[in-house]
Amino acid sequence: MDSALIPEGVKRCPLWKFALGIIIVGVVLLWGVYAMFLCWFKGLNQTNMNDAYGFAIWIWADLAVIALGGGAFFTGFLRYIVGKDELKNIINCTIVIGFICYSSALLILAIDIGQPLRGWFIFWHANVHSMLTEVAFCLSCYFAVLTIEYLPLILENRQTDKIPFFHNLSHNLHEVMAVFAATGAFLSFFHQGSLGGVAGVLFGRPFAFREGVLIWPWTFFLFTWSAAAYGPCFSLLVTRIIEKITKKQLVKQNVIELLAKISGWMIATYIVAKIIDTWYWAAVTAPSNGFTLLDFYSGNALYGIWILVLEIVICGIVPACILITEKGRKNKLAFTTAIILGVVGVSLNRWVMVLQVMAVPVLPFESWNLYYPSWQEVATTVLPVAYGIILIMISYRYLPIFPQEKELNPIES
Amino acid sequence: MFPFSFEWIWDMSHVVFMGGLWYALSIIGLGLTYCILKAAVDTSQGKGAGHHH
Repeated sequence: MDSALIPEGVKRCPLWKFALGIIIVGVVLLWGVYAMFLCWFKGLNQTNMNDAYGFAIWIWADLAVIALGGGAFFTGFLRYIVGKDELKNIINCTIVIGFICYSSALLILAIDIGQPLRGWFIFWHANVHSMLTEVAFCLSCYFAVLTIEYLPLILENRQTDKIPFFHNLSHNLHEVMAVFAATGAFLSFFHQGSLGGVAGVLFGRPFAFREGVLIWPWTFFLFTWSAAAYGPCFSLLVTRIIEKITKKQLVKQNVIELLAKISGWMIATYIVAKIIDTWYWAAVTAPSNGFTLLDFYSGNALYGIWILVLEIVICGIVPACILITEKGRKNKLAFTTAIILGVVGVSLNRWVMVLQVMAVPVLPFESWNLYYPSWQEVATTVLPVAYGIILIMISYRYLPIFPQEKELNPIES
Repeated sequence: MFPFSFEWIWDMSHVVFMGGLWYALSIIGLGLTYCILKAAVDTSQGKGAGHHH
């Protein structure tokens, strides 16, 4: 029924199967939308946020999806600025993922501000002393860049491509894409960094506070670095999942391995910087504020030293070691483990820098503030996942997001 | 926020922050406008007509 919309030379599942999948995920999406409207109409009392926890679980999700969506800007940077031409075969997928991640981040922020109708205040009545203003600026602008990068893909659909104006527009957008990609890399560098900067400048919270260069704490650079390092892992993981579900190879192994190798070296260098940062913070910064390392990892039911080991060793050193070696990249199990660990690692880092920061007691008479999200917070955090799955399903079915699919999966006539 | 807004102050923070925003928006806007106009001109010249993959 929808065969006229499906790209030529590729095979897709029957429409009923596709529609069933959309309906199942759509139910989860509607649950999230219901919770979102509750937050908008009844207010943020629908959440378990309180004076100690000004950031809900969705702010962690927000930071995590921004880091995971970093694969789009970094792959764009490698493809258009560095000139890694092979990556043209995976960049469409990273753009779709980036578009989903950033639109999700903006959606989460729209829920978080409680008054979405006043969202434009951040542009018009900007607080120019806040790192979050810079985040809002760059996030919105970069989302515009991602939309522009996603647009040619939509225009390349079999039917829209038949319209001369759309065909020409898509062609022209491709021609100047390097300009947009460079702008995107510039914007991403700053907003990823400023998200880290927000934690690093909290001098009243010794768990987060870091020293740095001029106005930028070290967390500024570590956040940008980690997004560029781990973002491609998420792109590779999503590609792997699509390949598993469709039972097809969609991207050639050399392309996957190239991106994995670059990601591996980025993780390796990042994790060295992260270890130095952690050591300096534990040995110098925190003690100068009257804290020892174990003060941050004891006296509560959740946050033990295990979280630091998991983040740095299991989800940092291990995936780096696997991805920088050819043997590791070629071994399917090791490779998949590495990219999963990478995704968990960066998400865990954002969790620690958002939620553990709020939990750690600051004054001697305070105790740990352990926080449990309400169902509305969980539903609105799951909402972007359902939305992302639906958009990937639609994009994969109707748009040429994997240019090598036709060649790798010839249809027998 | 623009320099004619009542809360505008001519200091480094406003110039860097808002200047950066306008700069980025200008590149995005100009790039997109160029592509749309060129596509319109190309289409009027008959380019892309009858193109089928």
